[in-house]
Amino acid sequence: MRVGLFVPCYVDAFEPEVGIATLELLERLGCTVEYPFDQTCCGQPMTNTGCHAEAAATEALFVKNFSGFDYVVAPSGSCVHQVREHLTAIPQTDEVRHVRASTYELVEFLHDVLKVEDLPWANFPHKVAYHTNCNALRGIHHARPTELVKPYFSKPLDLLRLVKGVELVDLARPDECCGFGGTFSVFEPAVSAKMGYDKVADQNRAGAAYVVSADSSCLMHQKGCAERLGLPLKYIHIAQVLNGAAA
Amino acid sequence: MSVEDLNPREREGVIHPEVRAGHDESERAPDGRRLQHAEAASKPIRAPQTREPQPRGAKIRGDRPINQSEAAERFLAAPLHQAAHDERLWDLRKKRDASAHGVPEWEELRELASQIKTHTLSHLDRYLEQFEAAAKANGVHVHWAKDGADHNRIVLEILRSHGAKTLVKSKSMLTEECGFRHHMAANGIEVIETDLGERIQQLDNEEPSHVVAPAVHKTRMDVAEVFAKTLGTDPDNDDAHYLAESQRETTRPYILKADAGMTGCNFAIAETGTVVTCTNEGNADLSGNVPPLQIHSIGIEKIVPKVEHLGVFIRLLSRSALGSPITQYTSHFRAPRAGTEMHMVLVDNGRSERLGMEEFWTSLKCIRCGACMNTCPVYRRSGGLSYGATYSGPIGLIIDPTFNKRKYSTLPFSSTMNGSCTNVCPVKINIHEQIFAWRKVLVEEHQIPALKQGMMKAAGAVLSRPAAYRAAIGAADSALKVLPRFAVYNPLNTWGKKREMPDAPRQTFHAWYKQNRMKDTGR
Repeated sequence: MRVGLFVPCYVDAFEPEVGIATLELLERLGCTVEYPFDQTCCGQPMTNTGCHAEAAATEALFVKNFSGFDYVVAPSGSCVHQVREHLTAIPQTDEVRHVRASTYELVEFLHDVLKVEDLPWANFPHKVAYHTNCNALRGIHHARPTELVKPYFSKPLDLLRLVKGVELVDLARPDECCGFGGTFSVFEPAVSAKMGYDKVADQNRAGAAYVVSADSSCLMHQKGCAERLGLPLKYIHIAQVLNGAAA
Repeated sequence: MSVEDLNPREREGVIHPEVRAGHDESERAPDGRRLQHAEAASKPIRAPQTREPQPRGAKIRGDRPINQSEAAERFLAAPLHQAAHDERLWDLRKKRDASAHGVPEWEELRELASQIKTHTLSHLDRYLEQFEAAAKANGVHVHWAKDGADHNRIVLEILRSHGAKTLVKSKSMLTEECGFRHHMAANGIEVIETDLGERIQQLDNEEPSHVVAPAVHKTRMDVAEVFAKTLGTDPDNDDAHYLAESQRETTRPYILKADAGMTGCNFAIAETGTVVTCTNEGNADLSGNVPPLQIHSIGIEKIVPKVEHLGVFIRLLSRSALGSPITQYTSHFRAPRAGTEMHMVLVDNGRSERLGMEEFWTSLKCIRCGACMNTCPVYRRSGGLSYGATYSGPIGLIIDPTFNKRKYSTLPFSSTMNGSCTNVCPVKINIHEQIFAWRKVLVEEHQIPALKQGMMKAAGAVLSRPAAYRAAIGAADSALKVLPRFAVYNPLNTWGKKREMPDAPRQTFHAWYKQNRMKDTGR
């Protein structure tokens, strides 16, 4: 199985260790992973702002980089949602359709494709609040959102339960958006930051020491909010926890 | 001062004894727990110890784009109001969840409601004609209004032909949409809102901020102040029952002597020509049944084919809105009482145009429960008046631009598109997907600021050229300076004003890979 690793731009820049953990984890689980060297971004910043024409060249580059793989895997629900649902600024050739259909977010790839049932190296003895990125939750169906009357399931929590020592804490508003929202965090900073403050306060009240998420963008925003409020919370990507990060 | 410092009011003091006592016939949850009526069971809103002026809504300047962001920032600058608003609406969202999870077939109901609406809207002409014929056969006068002005003209003519000078009204967002009250005031007709929330807003010269809870952005102290000024109540008494009772006592005389009564419409049944209203205070019954002349304003999208379809929507409406199984009153208005006249005005006001919009027509399915507002994290923190439109919150974001693309061009951007609105919608409108679709339309029609589009063009230019992208972020020490423009899409100061900046990484992933793995891959 040839897996193409997509490291989103903000992971590349701010959280390189998330990319490294993703790569190492996939290799540990037996995948042959390649990192196409000319990759940049999925096009979401432009598309999210309604500027589809401005996203076309970036989308074309993404497809060019990743069309040769059986699977494309990225440690970001948000970017994967963009590729799967909104990579539409370029003509939908067979190649484009193949890339869109074979792009997976890391958690769902581990859960649904590799069907991981054991992570013997993973040990994270901490109180953890799990943050569900909205695109991962409602867009690519990581878990049953609280609004829907459907059987409960949660792919990220299934995986975290394989990690020794993890103690999950419950949030008062588990599915509430943290306010990052891509360009929303820039163009509506007041509401975005308030949502972030409320989110990190909820995590703090729940007694979490760490917040784990499958999305670095939410984590970056929340970390910035928690630090501004002086809360002692630490933020870490699920790829790192599953790859055996000590803390 | 934060909301935690507020003095919680004793529950005993504010909940009516009858409500406290409870009734055994109440619906029960599967675990035997009594499901309380949402409004009665709500936590008392805590009264601020210090007076905090009520933040006002968006500034409206003709057709100029609404600055929702600025108005939201002012709402957030009033922490007591913001916290009470957020807490109250989140409480409704929680009640909605509890109520929905008490109905095992909830998702099937939503699907059924959505399909009934799809069918009805696909044959709207036929059902409207059926409705008109049935209503006429019942002895009702039926009118057609193409827009708000037409609606107001028709109602004014009806009132004038009866020499009516006063009109009592029970909630209708449609009449807000038409600017009805202002038009009547300009023509010498006194219009009195009879529902508590609308009356508060009328007395404060403000529009409703929420389709179900119009004054939800106000604290009890704000209401006490408005009532003290306008109804002569005790300015220091902000007890909810005292205020509600004062409003009721002062409004009842208007109902008893009004020349005409008007209600909105939740559902209009084509086969019987019936208007159905769902209310908790009963004022629609009084407004419709007491005065000798009754008028119902009906948006043409309110049609459902048969009485048997009503049950689906009644089960969904109040559970979605307030978390209560049903509204206190579900009233059917069908024919005039002996010796009185009954009129129904069917209003288009842009609806048939919206019906022709391929990506946006399903917004006509909306039954105005407000569930999307209650769950929306942006709405809860911004207040409904920040949207500067009759319809606020997620549903407002997708229907307001159909009324005026320029004026409401900013609204679809006032969302994180988290999708919770879509999941709570009882008629399964894909709200957040339509928000996404609107952004594209607004960009194509040049309704977003040139600066914003310019930023995206620049981002697209860099992100589509690996060499340019690497040059921009390649050097680790310069990454933090340059990266936010491409990685978090903003200049440093916007991000850093409210949040700490991410730490500068020692090297990018790309650089790490080059250093550690290039020999492995042979590149």
